Amino acid sequence: MADTVYKGTGRLSRLIIRRDRIRIPIWLIGISFFTLIVPGAFTELYSSQEQRDVMAQTMENPAMVAMVGPVDISNYTLGVMTAHQMVLLTAVVVGLMSILLVTRHTRGDEENGQTEMVRSLPVGRLSTLNATLLVNTLTNILLALIIGLGLFSLNIESMDLEGSLLYGATLGATGIVFAGVTAVFAQLSESARGTIGFSIAFLLIAYIVRGIGDVSNEALSWVSPLGWVVQTEIYGANNWWPILLMLGFSILLFMVANYLNSIRDLEAGLLPAKPGRKNASAFLQSPIGLAFRLQRTGIISWAVGMYVLGVSYGSILGDIDSFFEGNDMMKQMFVTEAGYSVTEQFVSMIMMVIAIIATIPPVMAMNKLYAEEKKGRLSHLLARAVSRTRLMVSFFVIAAINAFVMVSLASIGLWNAAVATMDDPFRFGSMYQMGIVYYPAMLVMIGVAVLLIGISRKLTSFIWLYVFYSFIVLYMGALFQFPEWVGKLTPFGHIPQLPMDELTWMPMVLLTGIAAILTVIGVIGYNRRDIEG
Amino acid sequence: MSVLQVSNLTKRFGKFTALDGVNLEVHEGEVFGFIGPNGAGKSTTIRVLLGILKATSGEATIFGKDAWSDAVEIHKRIAYVPGDVNLWPNLTGGEVIDLFVKLRGGNNISKREELIERFDLDPTKKCRTYSKGNRQKVALIAAFSSDADLYILDEPTSGLDPLMEQVFQQCVFEAKQAGKSVLLSSHILSEVEKLCDRVGIIRQGKMIETGSLKELRHLTRTNFLVETKETIADLDGLSGVHDIEERDGALSFQVDTEDLDAVIKHVSRFGIVKFESSPPTLEDLFMRHYEEKEQTETGAGGNS
Ligand SMILES: Nc1ncnc2c1ncn2[C@@H]1O[C@H](COP(=O)(O)OP(=O)(O)O)[C@@H](O)[C@H]1O
Ligand SMILES: [Mg+2]
Repeated sequence: MADTVYKGTGRLSRLIIRRDRIRIPIWLIGISFFTLIVPGAFTELYSSQEQRDVMAQTMENPAMVAMVGPVDISNYTLGVMTAHQMVLLTAVVVGLMSILLVTRHTRGDEENGQTEMVRSLPVGRLSTLNATLLVNTLTNILLALIIGLGLFSLNIESMDLEGSLLYGATLGATGIVFAGVTAVFAQLSESARGTIGFSIAFLLIAYIVRGIGDVSNEALSWVSPLGWVVQTEIYGANNWWPILLMLGFSILLFMVANYLNSIRDLEAGLLPAKPGRKNASAFLQSPIGLAFRLQRTGIISWAVGMYVLGVSYGSILGDIDSFFEGNDMMKQMFVTEAGYSVTEQFVSMIMMVIAIIATIPPVMAMNKLYAEEKKGRLSHLLARAVSRTRLMVSFFVIAAINAFVMVSLASIGLWNAAVATMDDPFRFGSMYQMGIVYYPAMLVMIGVAVLLIGISRKLTSFIWLYVFYSFIVLYMGALFQFPEWVGKLTPFGHIPQLPMDELTWMPMVLLTGIAAILTVIGVIGYNRRDIEG
Repeated sequence: MSVLQVSNLTKRFGKFTALDGVNLEVHEGEVFGFIGPNGAGKSTTIRVLLGILKATSGEATIFGKDAWSDAVEIHKRIAYVPGDVNLWPNLTGGEVIDLFVKLRGGNNISKREELIERFDLDPTKKCRTYSKGNRQKVALIAAFSSDADLYILDEPTSGLDPLMEQVFQQCVFEAKQAGKSVLLSSHILSEVEKLCDRVGIIRQGKMIETGSLKELRHLTRTNFLVETKETIADLDGLSGVHDIEERDGALSFQVDTEDLDAVIKHVSRFGIVKFESSPPTLEDLFMRHYEEKEQTETGAGGNS
């Protein structure tokens, strides 16, 4: 009996390890590297306890609590500071790792027909699922050990062995929870795309629910697995029970996934697929209609997500002034030089973050053109009366509109929530303007994506490095105190930060021009090269 | 009049030469069979003809226009079925057919419904649920319901069952009746034999033979398996008989097409118990081609 269900799990696990022998180490090295360099950087930047206490107070405002979790300002040692600022965001990345790795070997292989081949061999029905979960669990345990021992070996006074191991265990346990979440969604959805979509949505909702909970309602944080992450109080109280909670929840999820897998057919999803249309709507019958249709669900989800992002940032705006009101030191720090209110400066910074996040969906929309090529579906279009220019411009137009919609919705969300929470809210026009000024920079990013697809398709994914660079440089720039030119290497660094900076048109016009030039070069290149499929 | 002409076409992918001086011509109103084993370069040739790949050197024209620079103009008059039909998993078959017909431009008064019925396709299903054969049907229906002048079909039947293969052959036949031209690639000789007026054979990126099937008969042999009451005498003495082997009391051998008559007359005298013949396969054809080449080469060597 056990044979028909689990036979071959070990062998399949080795196959997965073989197939991921590059992928898994890259994730592990990447995550460990970023975790292990931070304490060193903090040691240099905040060497005295006074400096750290100032930082702690900065972190105590609702926006920061919403982003990285609540803070214990009475004990803001180097260790507490590192854990507080890093562990939640790193946990999100670890969750993402699990989502991608688990989807790849469950629904992904099933969709590609590889699972069918494996199942025809003397291998148990649930072996694929359990081999995937086994390898992922081992990966996360390895990650926990590397991080735990790695942090301890940095030999920093406030980072003791127990706290360091707890740090690693927190990340590893989060990874295991999201492996379970993904394994369940892999049974429900009938495609790899759907599985990733549902799982990431779950991750984001968990993050947002925790954020709202941490700011306003502690009970709410308990609903979210990411809420448990911040409850560990690493290097402080060192709570281990959230880890047990996470492991227990994971086991439950593993069992649910196994059960769901055992009651469904191969390649079927449990969420029913309804019969589709017999004819194409008039809208679908053009490249641009197709480009939109293929991404419709994704665009709508992102649009909702961006609005929610705006609302969640906006919902804390009302508290900011009152927070700084009672805190003379902070008030001085923020207000004196610029002469603008703390809230204004805060919104200005938030807008930049929002703009960079809002750049992700349009860049995805543009890269969809290359994804279609790799899947061998472009020849259907190009073998018909569709020119390459028309094809590429269709995807570009969708991306450009997408960018506009995303940044607009986030700004509107921010404004809606601001009106609800602030005594003296921003006028709509001035707040919307603070967001929409980033549009030219977003166009440049899309332009770079066009250029890469047109000229050098092997480098297509480098656009993500550039987006990531922009985010790090501008968001973390203040923290790490980079020189100014580092910020100028990204188009976002050239946009005036309203209302502190003056609204100047020159950089906007220049950036739009650069975007146009990049796009034209990309289209020309696209007309000259081979199409893969 | 030729509708499609390829001369001296070379295509390299990095250092790998996929096509090496290919020549090909399809005349108006004919069905041209383009055969070769897997990896020979059939799809690559076709993708150059469609302007999806850019030729390294050489020329490819359709309707007298350049396949690369006039691609869109050309595509208004052709219909294409790729070898590997990848469709969008979240669109239905019906939606994809409409999209394809529309993107070709031109008329939309299609034979869509009729073809959907003939190919027995459920157009309301999402493409992700389709098998390879069903995806091919979608591409075939889209191709044949558009009113093209040239049909380019890249191994279109590899996933179809025999019944559907017949429907396909019927469609090609109808297109031919209507005076259309067809370029049909395949690695199965018998399929090409049924449909094609002329064939071109490609191997490792080089055309090794072009002509009508009759002209190529000199390259083919028919395989026989014969059991007789008395042992057949002098079989190896007859001209045009090759590779004689004894198998379970029966003889298997190959006979050149031009010597068939004489050989069968000879064999029938020994009292036939069992007589099986099978058509030449593509492999036989290749084997034969290389044998001949070797012979002429060693022959030349012997003379010097
Ligand atoms: N994009 C490509 N890059 C490198 N090699 C390729 C590419 N496309 C095809 N090839 C190679 O060219 C040869 C011919 O392929 P193809 O035309 O698909 O063969 P066929 O269709 O006759 O089976 C094969 O050896 C194949 O591996
Ligand atoms: Mg092929």
